Amino acid sequence: MSKEQVSGEQITAPAALWKVSVSPHLKSRESVERIMWTVVACLVPPLILSVFIFGIQTLLITAVSVLSCVLVEAASQKALGRPVTVRDGSAVLTGMLLAFVIPPGVSPLLPILAAVFAIYIGKHLLGGIGYNFFNPALLGRAFLLASFPVAMTSAWLPPVEGFGIFAYFGASVDAVSTATPLAVLKEQGLAAFTEAFGSGASLYGSFFLGWRPGCIGETSGFLLVLGGLYLLYRGYITWHIPVSVVATVALLTWIFGGEGYFAGDPLLAVLSGGVLLGAIFMATDYVTSPTTRTAQLVYGFGIGALTVLIRLKGGYPEGICYAILLMNPLSTVLDGWFKPHRFAPPAGGGR
Amino acid sequence: MNSLLTFPKGGVHPPESKEQTQGLAIEVMPLPDELELILSQHIGAPCTPTVAKRDVVAEGAVIGTVSKGLGVPLHAPAAGKIKDIGMSAHPVRVSAPSITLTVDREATPAAYPARDWQNLPTDELLARVAAAGIVGIGGAGFPTHVKLRPPADSPVDTLVLNGAECEPYITADHRQMLESPAEILTGARIILKILGIDSCHIGIERNKPDAITEMSRVVAEADQAGIVVRPLQVKYPQGSEKQLIQAITGRKVPAMALPSSVGVVVHNVGTAKAVYDAVALGKPLYEKVVTIAGQGIARPANLLVKVGTRVGDIVNYLGGLRPGLAKVVMGGPMMGFAVSTLDVPITKTTSAVLFLGEEEIDSNPHSQCIRCGWCLDACPMGLEPKEIGLYVEANRPAETAQFGVFDCFECGSCAYVCPAKRPLVQFVRLAKMKAKR
Repeated sequence: MSKEQVSGEQITAPAALWKVSVSPHLKSRESVERIMWTVVACLVPPLILSVFIFGIQTLLITAVSVLSCVLVEAASQKALGRPVTVRDGSAVLTGMLLAFVIPPGVSPLLPILAAVFAIYIGKHLLGGIGYNFFNPALLGRAFLLASFPVAMTSAWLPPVEGFGIFAYFGASVDAVSTATPLAVLKEQGLAAFTEAFGSGASLYGSFFLGWRPGCIGETSGFLLVLGGLYLLYRGYITWHIPVSVVATVALLTWIFGGEGYFAGDPLLAVLSGGVLLGAIFMATDYVTSPTTRTAQLVYGFGIGALTVLIRLKGGYPEGICYAILLMNPLSTVLDGWFKPHRFAPPAGGGR
Repeated sequence: MNSLLTFPKGGVHPPESKEQTQGLAIEVMPLPDELELILSQHIGAPCTPTVAKRDVVAEGAVIGTVSKGLGVPLHAPAAGKIKDIGMSAHPVRVSAPSITLTVDREATPAAYPARDWQNLPTDELLARVAAAGIVGIGGAGFPTHVKLRPPADSPVDTLVLNGAECEPYITADHRQMLESPAEILTGARIILKILGIDSCHIGIERNKPDAITEMSRVVAEADQAGIVVRPLQVKYPQGSEKQLIQAITGRKVPAMALPSSVGVVVHNVGTAKAVYDAVALGKPLYEKVVTIAGQGIARPANLLVKVGTRVGDIVNYLGGLRPGLAKVVMGGPMMGFAVSTLDVPITKTTSAVLFLGEEEIDSNPHSQCIRCGWCLDACPMGLEPKEIGLYVEANRPAETAQFGVFDCFECGSCAYVCPAKRPLVQFVRLAKMKAKR
């Protein structure tokens, strides 16, 4: 790699050595960092909106979640003797998503435990980024749901009145807690649901904008869809997974979700619970989702079907978290079943 | 132009970076003091020298031949004296056997008057192509006369002339199409005559509109039915043989098969020019148009150089290197080879020497695969580069044949798009060495 003088006299040897490496010598400007930080940026608008829906403590919970994910990632990598890669933004993203799927009235200390489980056990013990076969944020939520079932299923808050974003700050959650729309629907039936949340266009409108009880980041469907459209525009995700998840949830709820067949409310099913957050930001996680288009459609269908199954027949009012976690490890299997189309196999058959 | 052709699957759009040299006319570089002629200029058997040290040779004289196997003769690019038969620096093999020629600058350049070819029998035309030492100068370096004699069991009906020039930076073919369109067309007509067919498609990417115009003009003037210019979308790797054939004819060449199996032969426009030189003028292939570009060279250019010219001599002629030079690449930035020394000589298949600055290349370290699947979308062959990479990293390269590693022609589209900057082409090369076909 030396740069000595070559045949001529005019060349002066530059100070630095040239690089010699395998082609291609050009690389696109995309990088893991850019992708992760872009997705994080897409989650900021719903986070800000959550402050006006559920109060300022959503920021605190998210901050604790992000910080603990980053610290756990750094500590895990140090402990395992791997390079520390917290700058790539993937731990920040996990922290954001983890906070988005917990109720707004929980103790801000809860995400710390979830971060340890999600990042250390769920990600780095399996080999770090790219090798985790469960979505870390959802793994964190599942861990909390199992360890703190009461908090995780009851610390729901009704949207704040006006701009009273400090209404719940430091207050006792028990005094104000409410139930999520899906829980009301499941446990008390349609009549109670209509009484609590209304019906028709105003119901869909307020649900689409996010003014309903729910997890911190899952309610503002409008901003989540907007973020998803931006990711589509950037080419970071394709439509296959989100559309197949949402379409399957809508279709199966319409068929099976009402009194008798074809009487369910598909729009309500999509706008309540975490379907949009899950379909756009969780199910599309690169590491835990399939890579070929057909496999992605099957994967999305599986998530949608499991979601409806859990919602209608399972013990939980909401099902997308477990649906995604159940489909996660099938990603590589689906990839193996639905291979990309080879240009042209050898003449005479055989691969 | 709304229905521009292209291949359907995969491909990438790296910055074209052709503005540096596309407006620069081909310039004849003065003779250097010495030429180093690598004995294996092409795929197949290397040449055996037919000259000895201190022999005096004339311009165009045969100095090496292949007696056994696939190959073409090597000619002296200039009159001079054989200085040595030894070793030269080589971009891939580090060093390779070569003949060094001390150039006689006083000698009169050889003259090649036009001669008749229209009435020659096919065998004679083919013999002239073989004797002129022509290989596919687009990069692969397959001896041209072999491609002009397709196997009897797969008759050829279409000639595709490759003017796609999809690699960024390179403008050598572009300039030749602008400056020698009639010669290229005549070359194509000679090839058609040898093959005994009428149909010729000249594929040119639309980022060279002036070349499309020029070639269309000479095609119209020639008024020979069957020859058409086909504008193509700009997409890398359009110049790859299989992708170009699919873009233009819709036919798919099976894995492990030659284009003749689907009735097509592909030649580079530069090769067509060389065929013209050989058959219509009797001039062997010993000169090459080479694009010299990048932020690291004082004066970018399209140069007509003698085969065997050292890169260092070109650098001297163009005013030296510029600070910030980070990488010297023989060939295009997507498939070329980085070299560590300027002693490397130009061969018949060199189409560019790029002097890339730090901002022009990517030297970020790579990280773990995040399974984004972008490499699957980019791969024009429908392979799974990410899996090949994972298997190689897991030290199981022998199992990568299932992912079609031998279909890979190392275009680098996967590594170009990879957000984790993984050296996927390097993984593929390792896998090819260890996996069984």
